[in-house]
Amino acid sequence: MTVAELSAVDMAQANGRYAVELHNTHIYYGSFRAVKDVSLQIERQRITAFIGPSGCGKSTVLRAINRMNDLIPGSRLEGRILFHGKNIYDPDVDPVEVRRRIGMVFQKPNPFPKSIYDNIMFGPRINGWRGTKAQADELVERALRGAAIWDEVKDKLHQPGTALSGGQQQRLCIARALAVQPEVILMDEPCSALDPISTLKIEELMLELRRNYTIIIVTHNMQQASRVSDYTAFFLMDADRAGQLVEYGPTEQIFTSPNDKRTEDYISGRFG
Amino acid sequence: MEQEARVSIERSAVIPAGTINLRGRRRFGERIIETIVFICGAISIFTTTAIVIVLFQEAWLFFGSPEVDLTEFFSTTTWQPETGRFGIWPLMMSTLITSIIALLVAVPLGLGAAIYLSEYASPTARGYLKPILEVLAGVPTVVYGYFALTFVTPVILQGLLGKENVEIYNMLSAGLTMGIMILPLVASMSEDALSAVPRSLREGSYGLGATRLETSVRVVVPAALSGILAAVIVAMSRAVGETMIVALAAGAGPRFTFNPLQAAETMTGHIARISGGDISYASIQYTSIFAIALVLFFMTLLLNLLSGWVVRRFREVYE
Ligand SMILES: Nc1ncnc2c1ncn2[C@@H]1O[C@H](COP(=O)(O)OP(=O)(O)OP(=O)(O)O)[C@@H](O)[C@H]1O
Ligand SMILES: [Mg+2]
Repeated sequence: MTVAELSAVDMAQANGRYAVELHNTHIYYGSFRAVKDVSLQIERQRITAFIGPSGCGKSTVLRAINRMNDLIPGSRLEGRILFHGKNIYDPDVDPVEVRRRIGMVFQKPNPFPKSIYDNIMFGPRINGWRGTKAQADELVERALRGAAIWDEVKDKLHQPGTALSGGQQQRLCIARALAVQPEVILMDEPCSALDPISTLKIEELMLELRRNYTIIIVTHNMQQASRVSDYTAFFLMDADRAGQLVEYGPTEQIFTSPNDKRTEDYISGRFG
Repeated sequence: MEQEARVSIERSAVIPAGTINLRGRRRFGERIIETIVFICGAISIFTTTAIVIVLFQEAWLFFGSPEVDLTEFFSTTTWQPETGRFGIWPLMMSTLITSIIALLVAVPLGLGAAIYLSEYASPTARGYLKPILEVLAGVPTVVYGYFALTFVTPVILQGLLGKENVEIYNMLSAGLTMGIMILPLVASMSEDALSAVPRSLREGSYGLGATRLETSVRVVVPAALSGILAAVIVAMSRAVGETMIVALAAGAGPRFTFNPLQAAETMTGHIARISGGDISYASIQYTSIFAIALVLFFMTLLLNLLSGWVVRRFREVYE
């Protein structure tokens, strides 16, 4: 890194332009290097899409950002991931605290087998919620409205969240993530189990959420990436099957005039 | 991949219409296995039915005899066949007390062990611990019985509470030891239930900033509740039916008492003792043990029905 680049980074930090920064990140599962030398900066209150062929490490990178990979025995990370300028892999950082600020929505909707209400209140409660019943009701409503699902569930808040449709469950999971008021929301193929209409609803919702949250989404759907994201990162496996960042930039540019031939090939559907 | 698909489409297209053969082939192996499996099923149903019939017949003789009064049987608290007094309560009470003590030991410890195994233990630790639990489950109950009699009572209970307060045969010692005996059952059934909870639920919880403990207690255990309750009920019916430990350690005479430090014979213990003695098959004492067995049968039947109901009622749908 040159001095000029360094100071640009510092300035960006001072302005708080970036929500998350990865610096020379390598991620291993046991002895297998799944991700090699990824550096990228995620801009605040924007939607960043991770695209690339299956197995190229998109989920691995995403899950590294809130230390979700810690749960996998044998996984290990080298390099730095900065959040508010602090390396979240420093020994004094508690992954639980990281995850409270960097929320996650998964590929398969995974509401808890509890009522809709309790699903939403789960996060606040484990964070030591001490409000009144009325405040809790308000919080639940705000989260559900935020995830554009209030109207559909307002009459059945005390029914199980698992009884909703797949698309509704996914929005419930988004609402559940919103209820702890994270700064960043990670979404790993949030629409891959959903029908086109539910997908569209989630996309609209993401554009809505962008006002207050930084969103990183992994998607295999090129149209989705081009429709919703502001920035796109393209990953690819190298010869040792380690995922690498090939190209990263504004979505518009990645999709219309990519610098790298491999990006162009992937986007135009020529491989992957 | 795509190419393969295309080839197979072409291949199916060349089969001329009307030549496809869908008639069943004769599958002899299948028929033989089917018959064997049917016989196995029939034998187990037959023996169960036979046992129940014998149980009812002998119990019928007992309840039909002039010395016995059904209301007295269920409402009085003295069991003294020699004097013709047949009140089931002392035996039943002792069975209940020992079983409840056993559950008080086995459920918290077993559930704790299950949570540790499924949520905390590293794969290596689990690899060592599960076989140990299984060994514990394989120890013959007579060994537990002597363990209760020669160690738990004299060393632990009399040591802690004083020799004069603890009878050498007592329900507490039998109950505690029985708890240790059914602990592996509770642990292993609960562990199965906990491990069956999908990973995605745990990740959802961790993703919201829950700790391991919060995830275990608030997400995984509730999601596995039906399996855990089933484990508790199965353990309860094991405890109610357990014979050797209570026969050796709980006491060798019916006695109506609520004090677990005293000796009192349980239903199973009584049956074992009487049938081991030299009584005539025609005596009322002999038929009386079938009456006790019948009550025991209904107790475990009730527990099994309850467990089926609990599993259905509390099954949490995750998918
Ligand atoms: N828990 C794990 N243990 C070991 N290796 C893993 C694990 N998870 C992923 N990998 C490996 O890491 C590499 C990257 O996987 P990852 O799931 O990040 O890919 P991906 O880009 O998200 O793929 P997809 O688009 O199919 O979801 C793959 O080679 C995969 O086999
Ligand atoms: Mg993935």
